[in-house]
Amino acid sequence: MSDVSSMDRTLPARSAGSSSLLAKSLRGAWRTLKADKFAMAGLLYLLALFCVATFAGHIAPHDPTFQTLGKRLTPGVWVPGGSTTFPLGTDHLGRDMLSRLIYGSRISIIVGLSTVAIAGTIGTLLGLVSGYYGGKLDDLIMRWADIQMAFPGLLLALSVLALFGPSLQNMVLVLALNNWMWYARLTRGVMLSMREVLFVEAARVIGASNARIIFKHCFPNLASPLITLGTLEVARMILSEASLSFLGFGVQPPTPAWGLMLAEGRGYLPIAWWLVTFAGICIGLTVLAINLVASWLRSVTDPHQRYKLLQQTG
Amino acid sequence: MLRGMAITGYILRRLWQGLVVLVGASVIVFCITSFFADPAKLMLPIAASQTEYEQLKEKLGFYDPAYVRFLRFLGGIVRLDFGKSLWQGVPAMQLVLERLWATTLLSLSAIGIATVIGVPFGTFAALKPRSKLDRFCTVSSLTGVSVADFWLGLMLILLFSVHLRWLPTSGYGAKELLLPALTLAARPLGRIALVTRSAMLDELNRPYVTTARAKGLFEGRVVFYHALKNAALTVVTLCGYEVGRIFAGYAVIIETLFGWPGIGQLAVQSISNDDLPVVQAVVFVAASIVVVLNIVIDLCYAVLDPRIHYT
Repeated sequence: MSDVSSMDRTLPARSAGSSSLLAKSLRGAWRTLKADKFAMAGLLYLLALFCVATFAGHIAPHDPTFQTLGKRLTPGVWVPGGSTTFPLGTDHLGRDMLSRLIYGSRISIIVGLSTVAIAGTIGTLLGLVSGYYGGKLDDLIMRWADIQMAFPGLLLALSVLALFGPSLQNMVLVLALNNWMWYARLTRGVMLSMREVLFVEAARVIGASNARIIFKHCFPNLASPLITLGTLEVARMILSEASLSFLGFGVQPPTPAWGLMLAEGRGYLPIAWWLVTFAGICIGLTVLAINLVASWLRSVTDPHQRYKLLQQTG
Repeated sequence: MLRGMAITGYILRRLWQGLVVLVGASVIVFCITSFFADPAKLMLPIAASQTEYEQLKEKLGFYDPAYVRFLRFLGGIVRLDFGKSLWQGVPAMQLVLERLWATTLLSLSAIGIATVIGVPFGTFAALKPRSKLDRFCTVSSLTGVSVADFWLGLMLILLFSVHLRWLPTSGYGAKELLLPALTLAARPLGRIALVTRSAMLDELNRPYVTTARAKGLFEGRVVFYHALKNAALTVVTLCGYEVGRIFAGYAVIIETLFGWPGIGQLAVQSISNDDLPVVQAVVFVAASIVVVLNIVIDLCYAVLDPRIHYT
C-alpha cells in the first residue's frame, strides 16, 4: 500500500518536472534567439512575409494583373516627382510592381512549403522503412536514392515540365519527386543507429509492434534534424521555383511570381532596372531569412553544435 | 602493397556502383522521353496526312514492344550513340561533346574563384570566432548562398555591361567568361567559406594545434600548414560536389542567361525543341560526370588522409 501511495505522489511531480523541462528548453531557445540578432531579424521577416501573403488582397494597392498600358515602365518614388500611385513603378504592361511583389510571395510560400511537405513525407517514410528493416529493401531504396542524387535534377524537371505542360501543380510534384532523397538519407542514418539502442530493444521485448516502435519511439528523435533539414529545403525549393519560372517552365503569366517577374523584366534591363531588382531582392531576403532561422534552429536542437558554440566563447 | 590492392578493389567496386547509377539514370530518361514524347509529329510538316504520320512512327520503331525499344536504347548507350539530333541532323553525342569544354571551363573558373577567395575568408573568420570579421564572413557567405544566381547575373550585367560598359553581356571568349564565372562562383564561395570556417574551428580546438603552438612554431605555420591541411578534406569534398552541381543544373540557367555555349544552354534549347536524342545525351553525359567526380573525390581522400582504409 505504501508503495502505491508513494508512486501516486511521485507521478504528478514527474509530469510537472517534464513540463518545466519543456518550458526550460523553450526559454533557452528564446534566450539564444534574443542573443542572435540575425536569426531574430530572419524570423520577424518571415512572420511579416506570411502576413503579407495571407492578407495580400487587403494590402496590395492595385490588382496585380490589371494593365494600365498608358503608364508602362513608369519609375516609382525614387525619381523626383515620381508616381505615388505606383510606389515601386510599373512593369512593361503597366502593372503595379508593388502589388505583383506582394502577390508573388504567395507562390514562393506555397511552392516552398508544399514541396517540402510532399518530399519530406515520402523521404522520411522510405528512410524509416529502409533503416528499420534493412536488408534487400534498404539496398533497393538507397540505390534508387543514389541514382537520383547523381541525376541532373534540373534537367529532369525541365524535360518533365516540357512534356506535361508547365503548371504550379506539376512543378510542385516534380520538385518533390526530385528531392525526397535527402530526407531518406538522414532518416535512414538515424534509424540505423537507433535500431540497436536499448529503449528500442526494450520496446521490442515487451511486444510493441514495429509501427509503434518506429513512430512512437524512434520518430521523436528524428524531429529536430528533420525540422532543420526541412527549413533549409524550403529555401532551396523557393530558389528552384524561381529558376524554373525564370526559364519559362514554371509558373505561367500573368500569375505574379518572383522568378517569372525576373524573366519578364530581363528584356528591359537597360531602361527599367526596377523590374528585375526588387523581385530578386525579395527572393534573396526570403531565402536568407530562412537560412538564418535554420542555423539558429540547428544551434538550439543539435547538442554537438551547442557544444561547439560553447567552446568558441569559452 | 596491401593498401594498393585494397584501393584497386575499392575503385572497381565504386566503378560498378557508378555503372548501376548510370544505367538507372538512363532508364529514367528513357521512360520519360520515349513514352510520352512524340517526335514523329515534330519531324513532319504540319500538312502531313495521318497515314504519313503512322508510316513515320512505324519507321522510327514506335510500335515495337517497350522492351525492344529499351534494348535498342541501351545498345545505343553502350556505343555512346543516342541517334541524330532531330533539328540539326548531326549525331547528338557529337553536339554534346563539342559543347562540353565550354561548360568545363566555366565551372572550373567558378570553383577556382570560389576557392581562392572562400578558403582564406573562412580561415581568418575561424581564427577570431565571434569577431567582427567572423560575423561579416558568416553573413556575407549566407547572403551568397541565398541570392538567386540568375538575379545576381542580371545585376552584374546591369552594373558592368549596361552602366560601366566594361564587359560584354553574352558570347564566348575570355572577356565573356568573367561575368558568368563570377555569377556561378557566388554560391560555392559562400558554402566554401562557411565550411572552411566550421572545419577550421574544429581543428584549431584539437590538442595537436596546442602542441604545435607549444613547440614554438610560427602561428602561420600552425594555421596554414597543420590545421588547414586537415580541414582541407572537407573543403575538397565540397569543391567536387559543387562542380557536380554546376554540371547537374546550375550551368543551365547561367549559360542561358549569358548565352554561353555549353551543355546547359544546349539542354534548354533541345528541351524547348523536343529534340529527344540531344536531351538524352546531355542528361547521360551530365550524370556520368557527377558519378566520375564522386569517385575522384573519394580517391582524393586517400591522398590527403592516409588514415582512411578502404574495405
